[in-house]
This record gives sequence, structure tokens and C-alpha cells, in this order.
Amino acid sequence: MTKVKDVCRHLRSKNAGPYWVTIDLFFDGPESFERHHANPALGPDLFRRLYGADPALVQHHPVRDLHMLKVSYPRASPQGGMVERDMHCGQQFVRLLDVELG
Amino acid sequence: MSDSPIKIIVPCGSLGAGVREEEVARGLALGAHAIATDAGSTDSGAAYLALGVSKNNRGSIKRDLAILMKAGAEAGIPVIVGTAGQAGGDLNVDWTRDIALEIARESGLTPRIALLYSEQDKAVLKARNAAGKIRPLPPLGPLDDTTIDACDHIVAAMGPEPYIAALQAGADLIIGGRTTDTAVIACFALMHGVHAGAAWHAAKVAECGSQCTVKPTEGAGVLVSIGADGFEVEPLASGNRCDPDSVSAHMLYENANPFRLTEPGGVLDVTLARYAALDDRRVRVTGSVWDPKPYTLKLEGASSGRYQTVMLIGIQDPDVLTRLDTFHDNLLAALNERVRRTIGEAAGDFHISLRLYGWNAVSGETPPPGTPPPREVGVLFVATADSQAMATQIAKACNPYFFHFPVIMDKELPSYGFAFSPAEIERGPIYEFRLNHVVELDDPLDLVRTVWIDLANGKGA
Repeated sequence: MTKVKDVCRHLRSKNAGPYWVTIDLFFDGPESFERHHANPALGPDLFRRLYGADPALVQHHPVRDLHMLKVSYPRASPQGGMVERDMHCGQQFVRLLDVELG
Repeated sequence: MSDSPIKIIVPCGSLGAGVREEEVARGLALGAHAIATDAGSTDSGAAYLALGVSKNNRGSIKRDLAILMKAGAEAGIPVIVGTAGQAGGDLNVDWTRDIALEIARESGLTPRIALLYSEQDKAVLKARNAAGKIRPLPPLGPLDDTTIDACDHIVAAMGPEPYIAALQAGADLIIGGRTTDTAVIACFALMHGVHAGAAWHAAKVAECGSQCTVKPTEGAGVLVSIGADGFEVEPLASGNRCDPDSVSAHMLYENANPFRLTEPGGVLDVTLARYAALDDRRVRVTGSVWDPKPYTLKLEGASSGRYQTVMLIGIQDPDVLTRLDTFHDNLLAALNERVRRTIGEAAGDFHISLRLYGWNAVSGETPPPGTPPPREVGVLFVATADSQAMATQIAKACNPYFFHFPVIMDKELPSYGFAFSPAEIERGPIYEFRLNHVVELDDPLDLVRTVWIDLANGKGA
């Protein structure tokens, strides 16, 4: 089973303002990008399950020139709240690494 | 000047990060017309706006600002700083102003300083909200007066217009409150009537200094040259370079949409932008579009809320490390019960969280079955309560359990490794952003105040 980490050369995540997170998936080339960027396994429901995001607000932005997919979603709780564990969301990408793409 | 490009030195990603004197000198030698940088963002959390303090130490701001002020004076070009003091509230601006005045005094500089304040009066915002001029951005809903009142400080993120007004009035140094990163860098070029899409896009690319280069750690700044139909970007460090990928990739950074960036008076659209290598270290960008929209300013508000007290232990005992999830669940239940039994009603709506660093602290999720035990874990105890005193009482009530809680009941009680004594650390209030709204304006200068300190003529503070 192919996992995200098998077809991406780099992933990163970061706050996009206090209410949003943005995750960049850089595929390892045009082939992997074309094959996987629209995979339903990376759809809004994944971000609901992993991060508690409202699936209706999850945004997918494929960037063909860079063979990358940007996914942005609202934080389940705004930056810095009582149970904050990742102030800048810099570690959130890790939970995507083992997602299976079929 | 309109026939030749406008050149802006962006000396670093954020003031205080470490401006390099030789890079600024190189930018001046290349004919720079202005130096521009932001000095903060929301990224480090709401505390800096709520408290009106900087994230940076004073010395690093003074060092960087002194290099820029001397370079600006030497070349006779303006120095433009936005989002002063990390959050850009009035207190943050004043803190930066005092550093600038100290530098001027010590270095014999006499700049005309424009201070741009964008902190907002709550009554004014309530009136604008009542008039239907404030609207939410997702995921938040409509604004109410209670939320406005809950904020300790509220700022509006300025566009380039107040900066242009100050430049036209002869400012040598601008210290601005909260501003979009891009407006700080774009303002000088926009004033000179360059291609608006190019100016905004150049500013976005350069906002983090050398982040848009191939080797971001090999330098601090970049030079952008903005002309009538596009812009060029190059690193200020001689050994570094930009390539089309490093430049185009920066549009992705800390930005929900990689093609469209909303600014106060419009949207930068880079969907059709083209990135071409001019040579082995410079990139030329064309096709950026500025799409004008009704004028809005984004509001940011920060509040201080409930209080936290923390404790930290380290555990290497293999009996615990092989049963970490059970240990976490049992300890958490025991601590909550201990507080209910010993403090009772007075504890109020308290909350305890345990974060197992080395196991699952960042996500809080149970690791998959079969995950090997770590060599050790750090357990961070976080108590939240309505007052600092109560959060600390809760921590103290939990202390013996946190210290000795057994994972195997019939063995001698273990003692875990406290990092400090006293064990409890009063962390202070929780700081949170409360606003994600925009206010509609007819005049971009409406909610901004400009204060002048003219050291050349001995006027002002």
C-alpha cells in the first residue's frame, strides 16, 4: 500500500493566521503529483478525522508547476487555547505521512 | 524614477532576526531606493498583542534597527518598519520608538520619524459593527460587543496608504503599527506608480527575507526591483541565489491560498505569474495581477483568559514506559479525583491536562499498537483555573500523586524526576486571538493616527 511519505519528497505545516492551518505536500515529481493529488484519501474527510476540521471549509489547492498540493483547514481550536499542543502547527504534517493512498 | 525599477532592500525576515551589515551595504551599492521590513506577525501567539510586549529581546531590535537607520541616513533613503514590536499595538510601537530615539541620540542621527498607530478604540468599533461595516471571515461568525470588550488590545492591519502619506510628507523613518507584511514592502514602489501586481507580488516573495532563496540560512535579506511590468528578486548574500522554484514556492508560505492573497484594497492574483531565471542568482517574475476590491482592514484582537500552572517530571522507569497510555489515563483520573476531593467546589470549572513528551504530547493521540516504548518521557502537567492562585492550589494538591503515582499497584511507590523545586510554575493567563473580521472603510486613513517626531527640526516628543 502506497503511503503519503512514499510519494512526497517534503511535507510541511504551519499556521495561516490564528484560525487556519496550511499543509504543503510536495510530491516527488510530476507523475506522483498527477496520480495522487486528487486522491479521495486526501479529501476533506481525512482532515475531519485527523484534525477535527469542518470538512465544508477544507480547501485543496493543487499547484501543478511545483508538483505540490496545498491543503488548508480551520483549526479545531484557535491558536494558543487551553489545550494548545502545537502553537505554530509546525508538527501537524506528521500525521499525514502514513496515510494510505491505495 | 518611473522609467527605471524601484529597488527595495528587505534586509531580514523580521526585524531582530539578524540584519547583516554587509548585505545592506550591498543593497545600497546596487542602488536601493528604500529599506523595508516587518517586525512581527500573529504567528507567535496572542500574548504579544495582549501584553503589548515584543517577542524579541531589546538588544537584537536595537542592533538591527541601528544598522538600518545608519544605512538609511548614509544613503538618504527611507527606512520603513511595519508591525513594530511583534504585534503592532500602540504599546509595541512606542517600545520601538524609544529604541529608535535612543539609537538616534547615540549615533547623532536626526531623522524625521513618522509613527503610524492602528490600535482601535472599542467604542468606534462597536459603532462600525452596529452600522454593518464589520463582517466575519471563516471560521468565525458575526462580531458582538461582548467579544470586543473581552479583548485587551485590538489592532487593524494597515495597508500601504498611511505609509505612502508619511513618505510623501518626508518621513526618513516610519515605525508602523500592525500592517500586512506585504504593504510594508510594497508601499514605496506603489507610491512611484509601478505595476501594482508586481509590487504586491514582490512584497509577498520578499516578506521573509532570504526564505525565498535556495539557501535560506546563508543570508538574511533580498533586493527586489519592481518595474512597469514585473519584478526581479535576488539574494543580498553574494554566495546565495534565487531560482524560479525557490521564488514561486514562497507564495505557499503561511498562506491558505497559494494563488490569491487578500490585501486591504484588493487581491493579489498570481495564478498566471511566470517565473524565469535571469541568470544563476536572479529571478524575474511577470504576469502578477492586482485585482482591486472595496477597501477593508483586517482586525486582530487579543484577550487574556484563564490561568495555568504547570509541573514537569521525567520518567525512565521501564514499568511505566511499557504502559504509558494506561499510566496517562489512570494518573489523569486520579488527579481529577484528588482535586474534587481536596478542593471541591472552590476549584470551579478546572481542567487538567497531561502531555507525555517523548510519546504523544504533540498530537495527544494514542500511538498505534506495537509502538516500541521510548527511553524516557517528560510529563508536563497543565492545570487551568479561573485564577492563578487556584491553578497553583490545584497543582499543589496534585503534586504528591504526580510525583509518586504507581503503574503497578503492589510495588513500592516510585518517585519520578521533578525538573524544578518548587515543582509548580505559574505560567500566567492563556492569551487568545478573538477576532477574525474585517472592517469596511471609505478612506484607508480613517482608523490610522500618524504622529511625527522631527529630530531634524527638534520637534515632537
